[in-house]
Amino acid sequence: MLAETYPDEVKAILAKYPVKRSAVMPLLYLAQRKDGYITKQSMAEIASMLELDVTEVASIVGFYSMYYDEKAGKYRMQVCNDLPCALRGADKFLESLCENLGIKVGETTPDGLVTVETATCLAACAKAPMFQLQEGDRVTYYENMTIDKTMELVEALRGNS
Amino acid sequence: MTHILLRHRDIPDIKKLDVYKQNGGFESLKKAVTSMQPQQVVDEVKNSGLRGRGGAGFPTGVKWSFLPNNIWPHYAVCNADESEPGTFKDREIMEGNPFQFLEGVAIACYAVGANEGYIYLRGEFQHIQIFLDECIAEMEREGYLGEKLFGTEYSLRLKTHLGAGAYICGEESALLESLEGKRGMPRLRPPFPAVVGLYGKPTVINNVETLANLPFIVEKGAGWHKSIGTEKSPGVKIFSLSGNISNPGNYELPLGTTFRELIFTHGGGIPNGHNLRAIMPAGASSSIIRVDDTTFDKVMDTPMDYENVQGVGSLLGSASVIIIDDTHTMDWVINKTVHFFKHESCGKCTPCRDGTYWMMHLVGRIHAKEASEADIRLLTKVAAQINGKCLCALGDFSTMAVTTAIQRFPEDFEIKVIEERIA
Repeated sequence: MLAETYPDEVKAILAKYPVKRSAVMPLLYLAQRKDGYITKQSMAEIASMLELDVTEVASIVGFYSMYYDEKAGKYRMQVCNDLPCALRGADKFLESLCENLGIKVGETTPDGLVTVETATCLAACAKAPMFQLQEGDRVTYYENMTIDKTMELVEALRGNS
Repeated sequence: MTHILLRHRDIPDIKKLDVYKQNGGFESLKKAVTSMQPQQVVDEVKNSGLRGRGGAGFPTGVKWSFLPNNIWPHYAVCNADESEPGTFKDREIMEGNPFQFLEGVAIACYAVGANEGYIYLRGEFQHIQIFLDECIAEMEREGYLGEKLFGTEYSLRLKTHLGAGAYICGEESALLESLEGKRGMPRLRPPFPAVVGLYGKPTVINNVETLANLPFIVEKGAGWHKSIGTEKSPGVKIFSLSGNISNPGNYELPLGTTFRELIFTHGGGIPNGHNLRAIMPAGASSSIIRVDDTTFDKVMDTPMDYENVQGVGSLLGSASVIIIDDTHTMDWVINKTVHFFKHESCGKCTPCRDGTYWMMHLVGRIHAKEASEADIRLLTKVAAQINGKCLCALGDFSTMAVTTAIQRFPEDFEIKVIEERIA
């Protein structure tokens, strides 16, 4: 239960807004921190906290691209391949990243460490190739990347896990 | 020239509160709150000619004056959802010069009589939310936010709110929906947010860059601001330069700076010996400007402001200038932009939801050389069916590059069809 795992955070989030429902997005991030994705149980808990229907909560999870209702790798590596990044080699970077990891876009490395995905523009167009690393509710940008630097990062993540 | 907005490039530690203070920080907020009536602040900004930097270029002071004075409370919301492909200026302001931005938010709140202000950040800007929350806490400790500011009766709280990955939340009514804990889908207007906004109350929504201009306007006055830029587009603008350019990045320049100066003086020109072929001055939402031997000088000498960019068949928008060289064809470019809009369409209205879906498939087919001439005609027709028929501007935006690519670069599409016939 979120209220048990993060009592202080839940309390602070609920106190932040004049209307209860506004707390749904920060609570969903909290749920994602807890399990790496948003479980049905978390959705039900958030719905009851905010007096919403579970379906309403689920529709918000479905609408926003940074919420997940399914488990993936521990890290989601999301490469921007929109036009400005693509003009600076993002497509080639993504292709060669997949080759190096031995997986396709959307797939997870066999050890469950990294899922490679694409992302739409991340406001880092001058620093392509770039990707964001999402782990639970945490997001980190990696910019001006090369394959070598990225593979070093993957090794470091593997070492930490 | 020293910077007005990107001041961290001149004063590296300006993101620290004491350094910001030493450089005149919070004096404008103090001046506004202690010596000006809210209406005077509105008038000053109106007279300054400041126009919204999020893309539409609507006069900021005029926007503020739409809030009715018989419905309370008022809310001020900052749009920090920066998501247009090619735009990365708001991020630099908030990361590098956060207190000037927050002072601007506070001034806007005071001007419209809001005691509560929200900063809506795109979900990917989590690190900025963490940073801004620290900055806000510091301002509260120092008495620049909180109860009874500067010994007056005016109180103000600022809060950050994180989105979760949705371009559409940059559209102001969708942003409000998202802030209210709903799916970010645009509202039917009227009523406009100025009357029925956040939690059903009068709300003003301004872009980060717009707000970062306010401390200087309050300090130096409307006349000072009008002395920069052009008559109808006063002030400085941050141009986000990306794509096939030697020195990509943000450039703070007076509005009315020419394409030539941005691309060749500051941007260092096109790398690897290639030639400039196309410019998208407003990100993925742009009408594509064709640059060739016959149009080169005309385009290069065009001043980049809200009026003149229209003269070369496009719009300034948020000034996210994407440079495309002659190694790329426009079928590839619109394949990228249409995929983006298809992904980001919220699905609320049919022309956008279905139109972007069909455009994606048609463009994909054309790009893969599997199309016939009829497909190109159909694509033009689908784009025309979307344009002007949607709940918000996203649908229109999705068609700009498509329509102008086909019109202005016909050879890129003829080749695809001819190749298909030979094969």
